[in-house]
Amino acid sequence: MARNVSTQRKVVVTVVAWTIGILIFFPILWTFLTSFKTEAQAIASPPAFLFFDWTTENYFEVQSRSNYFKHFMNSVVISFGSTLIGLIIAIPSAWAMAFAPTKRTKDVLMWMLSTKMMPPVGVLVPMYLMYRNSGLLDTRIGLVIVLTLINLPIIIWMLYTYFKEIPGEILEAARMDGASLSKEIIYVLTPMAIPGIASTLLLNIILAWNEAFWTLNLTAAKAAPLTAFIASYSSPEGLFYAKLSAASTMAIAPILILGWFSQKQLVRGLTFGAVK
Amino acid sequence: MATLHTRSAARLMIAPSVLLLLAWMIVPLAMTIYFSLLRYNLLMPGMEEFAGLSNYIYFVTDPAFFQAVFNTLAIVLGVLFITVIGGIALALLLDQPMFGQGIVRILVIAPFLIMPTVAALVWKNMFMNPVNGLFAWLAKLVGLQPFDFLANAPLFSIILIVAWQWLPFATLILLTALQSLDEEQKEAAQMDGAGAWSRFFYLVLPHLSRAITVVILIQTIFLLSVFAEILVTTNGGPGTQSTNLTFLVYAQALLQFDVGGASAGGIIAVILANIVAFFLMRMIGKTLEA
Amino acid sequence: MGSITLKNVSKVFGSHAVIPSIDLDIHHGEFVVFVGPSGCGKSTLLRLIAGLEDVSDGEIVIDGKNATELPPAKRGLSMVFQSYALYPHMSVRSNIAFPLKMAGEDKAVIDKKVADAARVLNLTDYLDRKPRQLSGGQRQRVAIGRAIVRQPEAFLFDEPLSNLDAALRVNMRLEISQLHQQLKTTMIYVTHDQVEAMTMADKIVVLNRGRIEQVGSPLELYHKPDNLFVAGFIGSPKMNFISGAPAAAYQAHTIGIRPEHLTLSKDQGTWRGTVGVAEHLGSDTFLHVKADTIGTLTARVSGDFGVTHGDQVYLTPDVQRLHKFDEKGLAIR
Repeated sequence: MARNVSTQRKVVVTVVAWTIGILIFFPILWTFLTSFKTEAQAIASPPAFLFFDWTTENYFEVQSRSNYFKHFMNSVVISFGSTLIGLIIAIPSAWAMAFAPTKRTKDVLMWMLSTKMMPPVGVLVPMYLMYRNSGLLDTRIGLVIVLTLINLPIIIWMLYTYFKEIPGEILEAARMDGASLSKEIIYVLTPMAIPGIASTLLLNIILAWNEAFWTLNLTAAKAAPLTAFIASYSSPEGLFYAKLSAASTMAIAPILILGWFSQKQLVRGLTFGAVK
Repeated sequence: MATLHTRSAARLMIAPSVLLLLAWMIVPLAMTIYFSLLRYNLLMPGMEEFAGLSNYIYFVTDPAFFQAVFNTLAIVLGVLFITVIGGIALALLLDQPMFGQGIVRILVIAPFLIMPTVAALVWKNMFMNPVNGLFAWLAKLVGLQPFDFLANAPLFSIILIVAWQWLPFATLILLTALQSLDEEQKEAAQMDGAGAWSRFFYLVLPHLSRAITVVILIQTIFLLSVFAEILVTTNGGPGTQSTNLTFLVYAQALLQFDVGGASAGGIIAVILANIVAFFLMRMIGKTLEA
Repeated sequence: MGSITLKNVSKVFGSHAVIPSIDLDIHHGEFVVFVGPSGCGKSTLLRLIAGLEDVSDGEIVIDGKNATELPPAKRGLSMVFQSYALYPHMSVRSNIAFPLKMAGEDKAVIDKKVADAARVLNLTDYLDRKPRQLSGGQRQRVAIGRAIVRQPEAFLFDEPLSNLDAALRVNMRLEISQLHQQLKTTMIYVTHDQVEAMTMADKIVVLNRGRIEQVGSPLELYHKPDNLFVAGFIGSPKMNFISGAPAAAYQAHTIGIRPEHLTLSKDQGTWRGTVGVAEHLGSDTFLHVKADTIGTLTARVSGDFGVTHGDQVYLTPDVQRLHKFDEKGLAIR
């Protein structure tokens, strides 16, 4: 039975919640607005909120001056590449742990999670040196390798929790119905697992896109993804607010939209299925 | 339960991830330990020699070290404090019936999806800048002297920025947990005469405990290694006022090229993380069992 | 066709023997029910026959061929699962057709067989729906449809009715029995519900802690239980057990008497007692009587019997139908 809530109370809650929501969102909104201002308007006092001369010039400038598109492509290649490779390695593992668990499966999973506990800085030095000596420094492939490794435990955990929800009886039914292992995977498991795999893909692209330790430390001009590209605005270009805003907007927009579509999966994925 | 055939296939399928993660865990870490025992600077190649524990002694006796440990813990605890309390409050608010709940959720989640470098730069320049920032304008509006956040309260400013990024995460998880609370339980409590406060303390809070545990665990993992936010805002300064362990090791390695010292710092960071992790794993181990 | 023999079959999980050792013969066309309390190994036994679990020792012979090492698909058996295990992403039609598709049948043959099965099971109108759009009973029928299209040597049912409500369960029970009469195929049916076992089976196998307590027709088990366990498990309400002096009077360690074999009277009889609870079902009355010397007994009287809590009654057992057991719990005949 739904409780009857007075409209008055609902209106109050609505006003409070919207106010807080907008306050939290404000820095992003402000960045977005500023990206359409001229540099002078961007630092005007009092600040202009909506009534200024809208211009898209900053976007062109960011592209022409610092080649935004190259860094965007680096981000795409690195985040999609590391996620796809991670999935290819993780799917069979998660499948095996979910459908043929042994006494040690739980321990293996916990151990995998524990590799996430190692602070990246603990291995920064050897990674940097190995990358420098093998020519992987400032390459896309180098970053793909690191990001695959750091996100692999999360990918496995997410897939595991999704696979766990596919009832074992259905796979047994397929076996009874005469399906071989390969047919069982093609006709029964995969169609049922695709939503889970898609969520995992989405969340990991977001994580890889925003990763800002290895991308900052292992890249320079050539393979820098958007995280490192934006970091170059820290000074002195950062004082050009409009251009900083345009670059920032372009860096966050794709992932912001992806993320809004996958709120639920975000929770599941990042909590390793502990909260649904 | 499965047959022998599937079990041996299973072992084969797990092998690649286990081997990769094993290598990822052991090889670089072993190298860090090895380097930490050498006197090794990239500016002086060919001069490597065994140095015993002197790198550790040097690193630990550096006054910046204690500042960094303190700052690391301050960031973790400060952000956890803000996000857990704020997250519970926001989750309770968003769980109420209202108009446009979906849109408010989208607004609240957004900061989590912003890459750290963007978040830090936007806050640093457009809000906290003492001349052109919005905060400065607000201060002048009410007749106050603008406050130079990053110069005068660098650690606090960084905690604020990081908390803004993580508040959505805590809110989202706590909200999800809140929504799984059985409506009938709440009604039963109401029938039993429990008021709003006692319902919160005896029903809602215990129900959220698992989610709170998870929030603390996940955030701690990431907060121990805050890096980009420091790099683009204060660069660890002024002095070492906003340097955490991660940043200190980075500076030692890639700014001073002291491989040995940085490696020793890295190992200390790993040990610190392990101490924290030890307690956390026991927590999550229990919650995941349930 | 359709005969299954278990020779010395055992199943061990870790150090725990779920099934120590079982021998069993199932003849062609029989409806065999495995019944027992939860955890007795009945489902495990069924899964061993299906090939979903490996036997630890022993041999499973299907149709005279040793099938112990065969994978499930090669044993010629169909199974209906407790959760129905329908493929959620496939239509009813594709669900029923799946085993035929796996067997590589022609499209025309598949269509015809699916249509036939759908007609038999009243599913023709639902063929293009997804399982989630069906009611529990319809899902159950789809699961059965998927099992019958491949014309197996035997059907295996794993507690197929436990997820249905009471009224539907009675219906499906009848439908499965009718199906058995039509198809005359061997069926092995697992349940914890002795009423299902009694009403459907040609042969009941009573299992307890991985051992077979007794094998026999429903009435054999009812009239001649081999031991205390079977006597207590079969029949509802449960058989009354009395030990001590009243049992010694019949030269037994324990005697058992079914509630329906106690005669009630308001003024005379063997044992005197006080009525605790009287359950009036209309057609029957169940009385829980606290007898003076022997404890609480349940008695069943057909029709209405006008007593309430606290009334005094007399109980007389039908000596012909008294069950006697020795100190090991085995029947004395």
